Amino acid sequence: MFLQSESETAAINMVIGASAVGARVMTSSSSPGISLKQEGISFLAGFQLPAVIVNVMRGGPGLGNIAPAQGDYFQATRGGGHGDYRTPVLAPASVQEVADLTYKAFDIADHYRTPVMILGDGMLGQMKEPVVFPEPIAKLPEKDWALHGRGDGPSRYLASLILDTTEMERHNWMLVRKYQEITANETSWEEYMTQDAQIVAVAYGTTARIAKAAIKRVRKDGVPVGLIRPITLWPFPTPALQELARRVNSFVVFEMSTGQMLEDVLLSLEGKGTVHFHGRPGGVVPTPAEFARILYREYQLKVKASS
Amino acid sequence: MKLLNAFPKYHKQNVVSHYCPGCGHGIVHRLVAELLEEMDLGKRTVCVNPAGCAVLAYKYLDIDMLESAHGRGTAMATGIKRVRPDLFVFTYQGDGDLAAIGTAETIHSANRGEHICVIFINNAVYGMTGGQMAPTTLLGMKTTTSPGGRNPRFEGYPLHITDVVASFPGVVYAERVAVNGPAAVQKTKKAIRTAFQCQVDGQGYSIIEVLSPCPTNWKKTPKESFEWVSEVMMKEFPLGVLTDKRGGGA
Ligand SMILES: Cc1ncc(C[n+]2csc(CCOP(=O)(O)OP(=O)(O)O)c2C)c(N)n1
Ligand code: SF4
Repeated sequence: MFLQSESETAAINMVIGASAVGARVMTSSSSPGISLKQEGISFLAGFQLPAVIVNVMRGGPGLGNIAPAQGDYFQATRGGGHGDYRTPVLAPASVQEVADLTYKAFDIADHYRTPVMILGDGMLGQMKEPVVFPEPIAKLPEKDWALHGRGDGPSRYLASLILDTTEMERHNWMLVRKYQEITANETSWEEYMTQDAQIVAVAYGTTARIAKAAIKRVRKDGVPVGLIRPITLWPFPTPALQELARRVNSFVVFEMSTGQMLEDVLLSLEGKGTVHFHGRPGGVVPTPAEFARILYREYQLKVKASS
Repeated sequence: MKLLNAFPKYHKQNVVSHYCPGCGHGIVHRLVAELLEEMDLGKRTVCVNPAGCAVLAYKYLDIDMLESAHGRGTAMATGIKRVRPDLFVFTYQGDGDLAAIGTAETIHSANRGEHICVIFINNAVYGMTGGQMAPTTLLGMKTTTSPGGRNPRFEGYPLHITDVVASFPGVVYAERVAVNGPAAVQKTKKAIRTAFQCQVDGQGYSIIEVLSPCPTNWKKTPKESFEWVSEVMMKEFPLGVLTDKRGGGA
Protein backbone atom coordinates (compact mmCIF):
# COMPACT_ATOMS: atom_id res chain seq x y z
CA MET A 1 0.00 0.00 0.00
CA PHE A 2 1.20 3.51 -0.84
CA LEU A 3 -0.19 6.75 0.55
CA GLN A 4 0.85 10.28 -0.38
CA SER A 5 0.72 12.67 2.56
CA GLU A 6 0.27 16.41 2.69
CA SER A 7 3.60 16.92 4.46
CA GLU A 8 6.57 15.04 5.81
CA THR A 9 5.23 15.70 9.31
CA ALA A 10 1.99 13.92 8.43
CA ALA A 11 3.88 11.15 6.62
CA ILE A 12 5.98 10.15 9.62
CA ASN A 13 2.90 10.19 11.83
CA MET A 14 1.02 7.97 9.39
CA VAL A 15 4.04 5.68 9.67
CA ILE A 16 3.71 5.71 13.46
CA GLY A 17 0.03 4.78 13.23
CA ALA A 18 0.64 1.97 10.75
CA SER A 19 3.58 0.64 12.76
CA ALA A 20 1.57 0.73 16.00
CA VAL A 21 -0.90 -1.74 14.53
CA GLY A 22 1.87 -4.03 13.31
CA ALA A 23 2.50 -3.09 9.67
CA ARG A 24 5.95 -3.04 8.07
CA VAL A 25 6.14 0.59 7.04
CA MET A 26 8.57 3.11 5.59
CA THR A 27 8.75 6.70 4.47
CA SER A 28 11.22 8.46 2.24
CA SER A 29 12.34 12.02 1.70
CA SER A 30 15.28 14.27 1.01
CA SER A 31 17.02 16.50 3.54
CA PRO A 32 14.47 19.29 4.33
CA GLY A 33 11.67 16.71 4.59
CA ILE A 34 13.76 14.65 7.00
CA SER A 35 14.03 17.64 9.32
CA LEU A 36 10.22 17.62 9.49
CA LYS A 37 10.17 13.89 10.15
CA GLN A 38 12.49 14.19 13.14
CA GLU A 39 9.64 14.86 15.56
CA GLY A 40 8.06 11.56 14.59
CA ILE A 41 11.37 9.69 14.62
CA SER A 42 11.84 10.74 18.23
CA PHE A 43 8.36 9.41 19.03
CA LEU A 44 9.11 6.13 17.21
CA ALA A 45 12.19 5.75 19.40
CA GLY A 46 10.19 6.56 22.53
CA PHE A 47 7.31 4.23 21.63
CA GLN A 48 9.86 1.59 20.53
CA LEU A 49 8.14 1.20 17.18
CA PRO A 50 9.86 -0.23 14.09
CA ALA A 51 9.94 1.82 10.89
CA VAL A 52 12.32 2.59 8.05
CA ILE A 53 13.13 6.16 7.04
CA VAL A 54 15.04 6.88 3.84
CA ASN A 55 16.98 10.11 3.46
CA VAL A 56 18.40 10.86 0.03
CA MET A 57 20.70 13.71 1.04
CA ARG A 58 20.96 16.92 -0.93
CA GLY A 59 22.89 20.17 -0.54
CA GLY A 60 21.97 22.39 2.40
CA PRO A 61 21.37 24.08 4.85
CA GLY A 62 17.89 25.41 4.11
CA LEU A 63 16.50 24.51 0.75
CA GLY A 64 20.07 24.26 -0.52
CA ASN A 65 19.92 22.43 -3.81
CA ILE A 66 19.03 19.01 -5.13
CA ALA A 67 22.54 17.81 -5.90
CA PRO A 68 24.19 14.89 -4.02
CA ALA A 69 25.58 15.77 -0.59
CA GLN A 70 26.34 14.19 2.79
CA GLY A 71 25.59 17.06 5.11
CA ASP A 72 22.92 15.25 7.15
CA TYR A 73 25.37 12.84 8.80
CA PHE A 74 25.20 14.53 12.19
CA GLN A 75 21.40 14.68 12.06
CA ALA A 76 21.16 11.00 11.13
CA THR A 77 23.74 9.53 13.49
CA ARG A 78 23.13 11.67 16.57
CA GLY A 79 19.46 10.83 16.87
CA GLY A 80 18.24 13.84 14.95
CA GLY A 81 15.13 14.62 16.95
CA HIS A 82 14.83 15.55 20.61
CA GLY A 83 15.61 13.21 23.46
CA ASP A 84 18.14 10.58 24.44
CA TYR A 85 18.02 8.04 21.64
CA ARG A 86 19.92 6.63 18.67
CA THR A 87 18.83 5.53 15.22
CA PRO A 88 20.66 2.77 13.37
CA VAL A 89 21.84 4.28 10.08
CA LEU A 90 22.64 2.20 7.00
CA ALA A 91 24.66 3.74 4.18
CA PRO A 92 24.45 1.94 0.82
CA ALA A 93 27.02 2.63 -1.90
CA SER A 94 25.37 0.91 -4.89
CA VAL A 95 21.86 0.30 -6.12
CA GLN A 96 22.25 -3.39 -5.25
CA GLU A 97 23.13 -2.38 -1.73
CA VAL A 98 20.18 0.00 -1.59
CA ALA A 99 17.98 -3.06 -2.15
CA ASP A 100 19.90 -5.33 0.25
CA LEU A 101 20.07 -2.77 3.04
CA THR A 102 16.40 -1.92 2.72
CA TYR A 103 15.56 -5.55 3.49
CA LYS A 104 18.07 -5.46 6.32
CA ALA A 105 16.70 -2.17 7.66
CA PHE A 106 13.23 -3.70 8.09
CA ASP A 107 14.70 -6.72 9.86
CA ILE A 108 16.74 -4.58 12.25
CA ALA A 109 13.73 -2.33 12.85
CA ASP A 110 11.46 -5.26 13.72
CA HIS A 111 14.04 -7.16 15.74
CA TYR A 112 15.02 -4.26 17.98
CA ARG A 113 11.76 -2.31 17.74
CA THR A 114 13.49 0.84 16.57
CA PRO A 115 13.33 3.32 13.71
CA VAL A 116 16.14 2.66 11.20
CA MET A 117 17.44 5.17 8.70
CA ILE A 118 18.82 4.48 5.24
CA LEU A 119 21.14 7.34 4.38
CA GLY A 120 21.83 7.78 0.69
CA ASP A 121 22.58 10.78 -1.47
CA GLY A 122 21.30 12.38 -4.65
CA MET A 123 23.75 10.35 -6.75
CA LEU A 124 22.53 6.97 -5.47
CA GLY A 125 18.97 8.19 -5.61
CA GLN A 126 19.14 8.79 -9.35
CA MET A 127 21.42 5.96 -10.41
CA LYS A 128 20.35 2.96 -12.47
CA GLU A 129 22.14 -0.35 -11.96
CA PRO A 130 21.06 -3.95 -12.30
CA VAL A 131 19.73 -5.40 -9.06
CA VAL A 132 19.13 -8.92 -7.82
CA PHE A 133 16.46 -8.81 -5.15
CA PRO A 134 17.11 -10.85 -2.02
CA GLU A 135 14.71 -13.68 -1.21
CA PRO A 136 11.79 -12.28 0.76
CA ILE A 137 11.64 -13.75 4.24
CA ALA A 138 8.98 -16.43 4.48
CA LYS A 139 7.33 -15.25 7.65
CA LEU A 140 7.31 -11.82 9.19
CA PRO A 141 8.16 -11.66 12.87
CA GLU A 142 5.36 -11.84 15.44
CA LYS A 143 4.53 -8.46 16.98
CA ASP A 144 2.82 -9.28 20.20
CA TRP A 145 3.02 -5.65 21.29
CA ALA A 146 1.01 -4.29 18.33
CA LEU A 147 -2.35 -2.67 18.99
CA HIS A 148 -5.36 -4.30 17.36
CA GLY A 149 -8.23 -3.56 19.68
CA ARG A 150 -8.23 -5.22 23.07
CA GLY A 151 -10.52 -8.08 22.06
CA ASP A 152 -11.17 -10.13 25.16
CA GLY A 153 -7.79 -9.34 26.66
CA PRO A 154 -6.54 -6.38 28.69
CA SER A 155 -6.29 -2.98 27.00
CA ARG A 156 -2.87 -1.74 25.97
CA TYR A 157 -1.47 1.65 25.21
CA LEU A 158 1.62 2.96 23.50
CA ALA A 159 2.88 6.11 25.14
CA SER A 160 6.14 8.01 25.28
CA LEU A 161 4.95 10.20 28.14
CA ILE A 162 6.60 9.07 31.38
CA LEU A 163 5.99 11.73 34.00
CA ASP A 164 7.76 9.93 36.82
CA THR A 165 11.43 10.90 36.55
CA THR A 166 12.86 7.65 37.87
CA GLU A 167 10.61 5.70 35.50
CA MET A 168 11.79 7.89 32.63
CA GLU A 169 15.38 7.28 33.66
CA ARG A 170 14.75 3.55 33.73
CA HIS A 171 13.24 3.76 30.25
CA ASN A 172 16.26 5.70 28.98
CA TRP A 173 18.72 3.13 30.36
CA MET A 174 16.63 0.35 28.88
CA LEU A 175 16.97 2.06 25.50
CA VAL A 176 20.73 2.34 26.06
CA ARG A 177 20.95 -1.41 26.64
CA LYS A 178 19.13 -1.93 23.37
CA TYR A 179 21.58 0.40 21.61
CA GLN A 180 24.49 -1.51 23.12
CA GLU A 181 23.03 -4.71 21.74
CA ILE A 182 22.65 -3.12 18.30
CA THR A 183 26.26 -1.91 18.48
CA ALA A 184 27.48 -5.40 19.39
CA ASN A 185 25.50 -7.21 16.68
CA GLU A 186 24.89 -4.89 13.78
CA THR A 187 28.03 -2.81 13.22
CA SER A 188 29.14 -3.40 9.66
CA TRP A 189 31.71 -2.10 7.22
CA GLU A 190 33.65 -3.04 4.13
CA GLU A 191 37.43 -3.16 3.97
CA TYR A 192 39.02 -2.65 0.57
CA MET A 193 42.72 -3.28 -0.02
CA THR A 194 43.58 -2.63 3.61
CA GLN A 195 45.83 -5.69 3.96
CA ASP A 196 49.08 -3.96 2.99
CA ALA A 197 47.82 -0.38 3.22
CA GLN A 198 49.99 2.34 4.69
CA ILE A 199 47.29 4.93 4.17
CA VAL A 200 43.64 4.19 4.87
CA ALA A 201 40.85 6.28 3.42
CA VAL A 202 37.51 6.41 5.22
CA ALA A 203 34.41 7.19 3.16
CA TYR A 204 30.79 6.06 2.87
CA GLY A 205 28.12 5.95 0.20
CA THR A 206 28.84 7.56 -3.14
CA THR A 207 32.03 9.07 -1.77
CA ALA A 208 33.35 5.59 -1.02
CA ARG A 209 32.83 4.56 -4.63
CA ILE A 210 34.77 7.56 -5.82
CA ALA A 211 37.46 6.77 -3.27
CA LYS A 212 37.71 3.20 -4.59
CA ALA A 213 38.26 4.48 -8.11
CA ALA A 214 40.97 6.80 -6.78
CA ILE A 215 42.62 3.97 -4.88
CA LYS A 216 42.74 1.84 -8.03
CA ARG A 217 44.59 4.68 -9.76
CA VAL A 218 47.19 5.32 -7.09
CA ARG A 219 47.76 1.61 -6.53
CA LYS A 220 48.97 1.41 -10.17
CA ASP A 221 51.78 3.71 -9.08
CA GLY A 222 52.48 1.55 -6.07
CA VAL A 223 50.91 3.84 -3.52
CA PRO A 224 49.55 1.46 -0.83
CA VAL A 225 46.14 2.86 0.04
CA GLY A 226 43.14 0.97 1.42
CA LEU A 227 39.59 1.94 2.27
CA ILE A 228 37.27 1.51 5.20
CA ARG A 229 33.69 1.98 4.13
CA PRO A 230 31.28 2.18 7.05
CA ILE A 231 28.03 0.45 6.07
CA THR A 232 26.47 1.29 9.41
CA LEU A 233 27.17 4.92 10.28
CA TRP A 234 25.59 4.36 13.66
CA PRO A 235 26.81 2.10 15.12
CA PHE A 236 30.12 3.34 13.67
CA PRO A 237 32.78 0.73 12.81
CA THR A 238 35.10 1.92 15.54
CA PRO A 239 36.60 -1.58 16.07
CA ALA A 240 37.76 -1.70 12.44
CA LEU A 241 39.52 1.64 12.71
CA GLN A 242 41.11 0.78 16.04
CA GLU A 243 42.42 -2.47 14.63
CA LEU A 244 43.95 -0.70 11.62
CA ALA A 245 45.39 2.05 13.80
CA ARG A 246 47.72 -0.56 15.32
CA ARG A 247 49.74 -0.61 12.10
CA VAL A 248 48.55 2.31 9.97
CA ASN A 249 49.53 5.87 10.83
CA SER A 250 47.85 7.85 8.14
CA PHE A 251 44.12 8.21 7.59
CA VAL A 252 42.27 10.29 5.02
CA VAL A 253 38.59 11.09 5.41
CA PHE A 254 36.58 11.87 2.28
CA GLU A 255 33.08 13.30 2.57
CA MET A 256 30.62 15.36 0.58
CA SER A 257 30.36 17.70 3.57
CA THR A 258 32.62 20.00 5.54
CA GLY A 259 33.57 17.22 7.94
CA GLN A 260 30.93 15.30 9.88
CA MET A 261 31.86 11.62 9.80
CA LEU A 262 35.35 13.02 10.41
CA GLU A 263 34.38 13.43 14.07
CA ASP A 264 33.53 9.74 14.39
CA VAL A 265 36.84 8.82 12.81
CA LEU A 266 38.69 11.06 15.27
CA LEU A 267 36.72 9.63 18.20
CA SER A 268 37.40 6.09 17.01
CA LEU A 269 41.15 6.62 16.56
CA GLU A 270 41.50 8.18 20.00
CA GLY A 271 44.43 10.31 18.90
CA LYS A 272 46.32 7.55 17.09
CA GLY A 273 47.74 8.33 13.66
CA THR A 274 47.19 11.48 11.63
CA VAL A 275 43.91 12.32 9.98
CA HIS A 276 43.65 14.38 6.83
CA PHE A 277 40.23 15.59 5.75
CA HIS A 278 39.07 16.37 2.24
CA GLY A 279 35.44 17.38 1.75
CA ARG A 280 33.28 18.83 -1.01
CA PRO A 281 30.01 20.21 0.34
CA GLY A 282 27.16 21.96 -1.42
CA GLY A 283 26.31 19.29 -3.96
CA VAL A 284 29.72 19.24 -5.66
CA VAL A 285 30.60 15.64 -6.49
CA PRO A 286 34.36 15.09 -6.27
CA THR A 287 36.21 13.12 -8.96
CA PRO A 288 38.47 10.09 -8.60
CA ALA A 289 41.35 12.23 -9.97
CA GLU A 290 40.79 14.76 -7.20
CA PHE A 291 40.88 12.09 -4.48
CA ALA A 292 43.89 10.47 -6.13
CA ARG A 293 45.79 13.77 -5.91
CA ILE A 294 45.05 13.94 -2.19
CA LEU A 295 46.26 10.37 -1.74
CA TYR A 296 49.50 10.96 -3.69
CA ARG A 297 50.23 14.02 -1.61
CA GLU A 298 49.46 12.22 1.60
CA TYR A 299 51.84 9.47 0.55
CA GLN A 300 54.61 11.96 -0.22
CA LEU A 301 54.16 13.90 3.02
CA LYS A 302 53.45 11.17 5.54
CA VAL A 303 54.79 7.87 4.28
CA LYS A 304 57.70 8.73 1.97
CA ALA A 305 59.00 11.50 4.21
CA SER A 306 59.17 9.27 7.26
CA SER A 307 60.75 6.27 5.55
CA MET B 1 -28.67 -4.91 43.46
CA LYS B 2 -27.35 -2.75 40.63
CA LEU B 3 -24.73 -0.11 41.30
CA LEU B 4 -26.09 2.86 39.40
CA ASN B 5 -22.91 4.92 39.21
CA ALA B 6 -20.58 2.06 38.20
CA PHE B 7 -18.21 2.88 35.35
CA PRO B 8 -19.05 1.38 31.97
CA LYS B 9 -17.12 -1.63 30.73
CA TYR B 10 -14.59 0.31 28.67
CA HIS B 11 -13.86 2.80 31.46
CA LYS B 12 -11.32 1.68 34.02
CA GLN B 13 -12.85 0.95 37.38
CA ASN B 14 -11.88 2.55 40.68
CA VAL B 15 -9.74 5.26 39.15
CA VAL B 16 -9.28 8.70 40.63
CA SER B 17 -9.52 11.37 37.95
CA HIS B 18 -6.75 13.91 37.48
CA TYR B 19 -9.14 16.21 35.65
CA CYS B 20 -10.15 19.34 37.55
CA PRO B 21 -13.63 19.54 39.09
CA GLY B 22 -16.14 20.66 36.46
CA CYS B 23 -13.87 19.74 33.53
CA GLY B 24 -15.60 18.43 30.42
CA HIS B 25 -12.97 15.79 29.59
CA GLY B 26 -14.18 13.28 32.18
CA ILE B 27 -17.77 13.58 30.98
CA VAL B 28 -16.84 12.93 27.36
CA HIS B 29 -14.62 9.99 28.37
CA ARG B 30 -17.57 8.42 30.07
CA LEU B 31 -19.85 8.96 27.08
CA VAL B 32 -17.28 7.42 24.78
CA ALA B 33 -16.89 4.40 27.06
CA GLU B 34 -20.66 3.93 27.25
CA LEU B 35 -21.03 4.11 23.48
CA LEU B 36 -18.18 1.69 22.80
CA GLU B 37 -20.03 -0.80 24.97
CA GLU B 38 -23.53 -0.07 23.67
CA MET B 39 -22.38 -0.20 20.07
CA ASP B 40 -20.18 -3.23 20.74
CA LEU B 41 -17.05 -1.53 19.38
CA GLY B 42 -14.66 -1.59 22.33
CA LYS B 43 -12.95 -4.84 21.43
CA ARG B 44 -11.80 -3.62 18.03
CA THR B 45 -11.14 0.03 18.89
CA VAL B 46 -7.87 1.91 18.76
CA CYS B 47 -8.06 5.46 20.12
CA VAL B 48 -5.41 8.10 19.40
CA ASN B 49 -5.17 10.50 22.31
CA PRO B 50 -3.52 13.93 22.19
CA ALA B 51 -0.90 16.03 23.86
CA GLY B 52 -3.04 18.07 26.24
CA CYS B 53 -4.93 17.30 29.41
CA ALA B 54 -6.25 14.13 27.75
CA VAL B 55 -2.73 12.76 27.24
CA LEU B 56 -3.61 10.66 30.28
CA ALA B 57 -6.87 9.38 28.79
CA TYR B 58 -5.43 5.85 28.84
CA LYS B 59 -5.71 5.98 32.60
CA TYR B 60 -9.48 6.02 32.20
CA LEU B 61 -10.46 4.47 28.87
CA ASP B 62 -10.00 0.71 28.97
CA ILE B 63 -9.30 0.24 25.26
CA ASP B 64 -6.18 0.04 23.07
CA MET B 65 -4.67 3.52 22.75
CA LEU B 66 -1.84 5.27 20.98
CA GLU B 67 -0.51 8.57 22.28
CA SER B 68 0.12 11.20 19.64
CA ALA B 69 2.58 14.00 19.21
CA HIS B 70 0.87 17.35 19.64
CA GLY B 71 -1.62 17.79 16.79
CA ARG B 72 -0.66 14.72 14.77
CA GLY B 73 -3.51 12.47 15.86
CA THR B 74 -5.43 12.34 12.60
CA ALA B 75 -2.27 11.47 10.63
CA MET B 76 -1.63 8.58 13.02
CA ALA B 77 -5.26 7.51 12.81
CA THR B 78 -4.93 7.59 9.03
CA GLY B 79 -1.99 5.18 9.24
CA ILE B 80 -3.92 2.86 11.55
CA LYS B 81 -7.14 2.82 9.56
CA ARG B 82 -5.42 2.42 6.20
CA VAL B 83 -3.58 -0.74 7.21
CA ARG B 84 -6.34 -2.08 9.49
CA PRO B 85 -9.69 -0.97 8.03
CA ASP B 86 -11.38 -3.54 10.28
CA LEU B 87 -10.46 -1.55 13.39
CA PHE B 88 -12.66 1.18 14.82
CA VAL B 89 -10.44 4.27 15.02
CA PHE B 90 -11.09 7.60 16.66
CA THR B 91 -8.97 10.53 17.77
CA TYR B 92 -9.60 12.59 20.86
CA GLN B 93 -8.11 16.09 20.63
CA GLY B 94 -8.14 19.50 22.25
CA ASP B 95 -8.42 22.79 20.41
CA GLY B 96 -4.73 23.67 20.68
CA ASP B 97 -3.95 20.20 19.38
CA LEU B 98 -6.49 20.00 16.56
CA ALA B 99 -6.91 23.62 15.51
CA ALA B 100 -3.43 25.12 15.99
CA ILE B 101 -0.41 22.83 15.72
CA GLY B 102 -2.41 20.06 14.03
CA THR B 103 -4.37 22.21 11.57
CA ALA B 104 -2.77 20.70 8.48
CA GLU B 105 -3.30 17.13 9.68
CA THR B 106 -6.91 17.96 10.61
CA ILE B 107 -7.70 19.57 7.27
CA HIS B 108 -6.07 16.95 5.09
CA SER B 109 -7.34 13.88 6.92
CA ALA B 110 -10.83 15.39 6.62
CA ASN B 111 -10.31 16.26 2.98
CA ARG B 112 -9.16 12.72 2.23
CA GLY B 113 -12.34 11.59 3.93
CA GLU B 114 -10.48 9.14 6.14
CA HIS B 115 -12.82 6.66 7.75
CA ILE B 116 -12.15 7.88 11.26
CA CYS B 117 -14.04 9.76 13.97
CA VAL B 118 -12.69 12.89 15.59
CA ILE B 119 -13.76 14.01 19.04
CA PHE B 120 -12.77 17.62 19.37
CA ILE B 121 -12.79 19.17 22.83
CA ASN B 122 -13.09 22.93 22.46
CA ASN B 123 -12.40 24.63 25.78
CA ALA B 124 -11.15 27.88 24.21
CA VAL B 125 -7.71 27.59 25.85
CA TYR B 126 -4.58 25.48 26.02
CA GLY B 127 -5.66 23.71 29.18
CA MET B 128 -2.72 21.58 30.14
CA THR B 129 -0.05 24.23 29.80
CA GLY B 130 -1.82 26.84 31.90
CA GLY B 131 -4.51 28.54 29.87
CA GLN B 132 -2.73 30.24 27.00
CA MET B 133 -4.76 31.62 24.11
CA ALA B 134 -5.98 28.97 21.67
CA PRO B 135 -7.23 29.51 18.11
CA THR B 136 -10.73 29.10 19.59
CA THR B 137 -10.30 31.73 22.33
CA LEU B 138 -13.19 34.18 22.19
CA LEU B 139 -12.76 37.85 21.32
CA GLY B 140 -12.05 39.86 24.45
CA MET B 141 -11.31 36.72 26.45
CA LYS B 142 -8.42 37.10 28.87
CA THR B 143 -5.81 34.34 28.87
CA THR B 144 -2.24 34.23 30.10
CA THR B 145 -1.01 35.16 26.61
CA SER B 146 -3.80 37.63 25.85
CA PRO B 147 -3.95 39.40 29.21
CA GLY B 148 -5.78 42.39 27.76
CA GLY B 149 -8.39 40.18 26.15
CA ARG B 150 -8.14 38.67 22.65
CA ASN B 151 -7.91 41.56 20.22
CA PRO B 152 -8.64 40.59 16.59
CA ARG B 153 -6.24 43.20 15.32
CA PHE B 154 -3.31 41.41 16.92
CA GLU B 155 -4.55 37.91 17.64
CA GLY B 156 -7.07 37.26 14.90
CA TYR B 157 -10.50 35.75 15.31
CA PRO B 158 -11.80 32.55 16.90
CA LEU B 159 -11.20 29.76 14.40
CA HIS B 160 -14.26 27.77 13.40
CA ILE B 161 -12.36 24.77 12.24
CA THR B 162 -15.29 22.35 12.42
CA ASP B 163 -17.25 24.59 10.06
CA VAL B 164 -14.26 24.61 7.74
CA VAL B 165 -13.99 20.83 7.52
CA ALA B 166 -17.77 20.43 7.43
CA SER B 167 -17.66 22.03 3.99
CA PHE B 168 -15.49 19.21 2.61
CA PRO B 169 -17.20 16.54 0.51
CA GLY B 170 -15.29 13.83 2.42
CA VAL B 171 -16.70 14.88 5.78
CA VAL B 172 -19.89 12.91 6.27
CA TYR B 173 -21.01 14.21 9.61
CA ALA B 174 -20.08 17.22 11.75
CA GLU B 175 -21.91 18.50 14.78
CA ARG B 176 -21.17 20.95 17.57
CA VAL B 177 -22.46 20.04 21.01
CA ALA B 178 -21.76 20.90 24.66
CA VAL B 179 -21.49 19.13 28.01
CA ASN B 180 -22.66 21.84 30.42
CA GLY B 181 -25.78 20.15 31.78
CA PRO B 182 -27.66 16.84 31.75
CA ALA B 183 -29.68 17.60 28.60
CA ALA B 184 -26.60 18.81 26.75
CA VAL B 185 -24.69 15.70 27.80
CA GLN B 186 -27.42 13.46 26.39
CA LYS B 187 -27.34 15.37 23.10
CA THR B 188 -23.59 14.97 23.00
CA LYS B 189 -23.93 11.25 23.48
CA LYS B 190 -26.39 11.09 20.60
CA ALA B 191 -24.04 13.09 18.37
CA ILE B 192 -21.06 10.86 19.16
CA ARG B 193 -23.23 7.82 18.51
CA THR B 194 -24.10 9.20 15.07
CA ALA B 195 -20.44 9.90 14.37
CA PHE B 196 -19.39 6.41 15.45
CA GLN B 197 -22.16 4.89 13.34
CA CYS B 198 -20.80 6.71 10.25
CA GLN B 199 -17.58 4.77 10.55
CA VAL B 200 -19.34 1.51 11.35
CA ASP B 201 -21.44 1.94 8.20
CA GLY B 202 -18.36 2.75 6.11
CA GLN B 203 -19.65 6.26 5.38
CA GLY B 204 -16.44 8.19 6.09
CA TYR B 205 -15.07 10.96 8.25
CA SER B 206 -17.04 12.41 11.14
CA ILE B 207 -16.20 15.06 13.70
CA ILE B 208 -17.97 16.10 16.90
CA GLU B 209 -16.92 19.39 18.47
CA VAL B 210 -17.71 19.53 22.16
CA LEU B 211 -17.83 22.89 23.95
CA SER B 212 -16.22 21.85 27.18
CA PRO B 213 -15.69 23.78 30.42
CA CYS B 214 -12.18 24.44 31.73
CA PRO B 215 -12.98 26.05 35.10
CA THR B 216 -9.34 26.11 36.18
CA ASN B 217 -8.09 28.25 33.33
CA TRP B 218 -11.28 30.21 32.89
CA LYS B 219 -10.87 31.12 36.59
CA LYS B 220 -14.49 30.32 37.26
CA THR B 221 -16.32 27.87 39.46
CA PRO B 222 -17.73 24.79 37.72
CA LYS B 223 -21.22 26.30 37.95
CA GLU B 224 -20.10 29.64 36.47
CA SER B 225 -18.25 27.76 33.75
CA PHE B 226 -21.33 25.78 32.80
CA GLU B 227 -23.30 29.01 32.53
CA TRP B 228 -20.53 30.71 30.58
CA VAL B 229 -20.64 27.96 27.95
CA SER B 230 -24.31 28.73 27.31
CA GLU B 231 -24.21 32.48 27.72
CA VAL B 232 -20.96 33.36 25.96
CA MET B 233 -19.34 30.47 24.17
CA MET B 234 -22.43 29.31 22.29
CA LYS B 235 -22.86 32.82 20.86
CA GLU B 236 -19.54 32.42 19.04
CA PHE B 237 -19.89 28.69 18.46
CA PRO B 238 -23.58 27.90 17.97
CA LEU B 239 -24.58 24.30 18.54
CA GLY B 240 -26.06 22.16 15.82
CA VAL B 241 -25.40 19.81 12.94
CA LEU B 242 -22.86 21.43 10.62
CA THR B 243 -23.07 18.85 7.90
CA ASP B 244 -24.88 15.56 7.40
CA LYS B 245 -24.04 13.78 4.18
CA ARG B 246 -24.92 10.30 5.36
CA GLY B 247 -26.28 8.02 2.72
CA GLY B 248 -24.95 10.33 0.03
CA GLY B 249 -27.55 13.07 0.66
CA ALA B 250 -26.59 16.66 1.39
C1 LIG C 1 5.22 20.13 19.74
C2 LIG C 1 4.71 20.46 21.10
N1 LIG C 1 4.54 21.75 21.43
C3 LIG C 1 4.09 22.08 22.67
C4 LIG C 1 3.77 21.10 23.57
C5 LIG C 1 3.27 21.47 24.94
N2 LIG C 1 1.85 21.25 25.11
C6 LIG C 1 1.37 20.16 25.73
S1 LIG C 1 -0.29 20.17 25.87
C7 LIG C 1 -0.39 21.68 25.10
C8 LIG C 1 -1.69 22.39 24.91
C9 LIG C 1 -2.87 21.53 24.88
O1 LIG C 1 -4.01 22.31 24.71
P1 LIG C 1 -5.31 21.74 24.04
O2 LIG C 1 -4.96 20.99 22.81
O3 LIG C 1 -6.27 22.84 23.86
O4 LIG C 1 -5.85 20.62 25.06
P2 LIG C 1 -6.38 20.81 26.57
O5 LIG C 1 -5.21 20.63 27.45
O6 LIG C 1 -7.01 22.16 26.67
O7 LIG C 1 -7.37 19.70 26.70
C10 LIG C 1 0.87 22.13 24.75
C11 LIG C 1 1.12 23.40 24.07
C12 LIG C 1 3.95 19.76 23.17
N3 LIG C 1 3.65 18.73 23.96
N4 LIG C 1 4.43 19.47 21.94
S1 SF4 D 1 -6.96 22.42 33.00
FE1 SF4 D 1 -8.99 22.64 32.09
S2 SF4 D 1 -9.07 21.07 30.47
FE2 SF4 D 1 -7.38 20.54 31.82
S3 SF4 D 1 -8.24 19.13 33.33
FE3 SF4 D 1 -8.36 21.18 34.22
S4 SF4 D 1 -10.39 21.92 33.65
FE4 SF4 D 1 -9.94 20.18 32.34
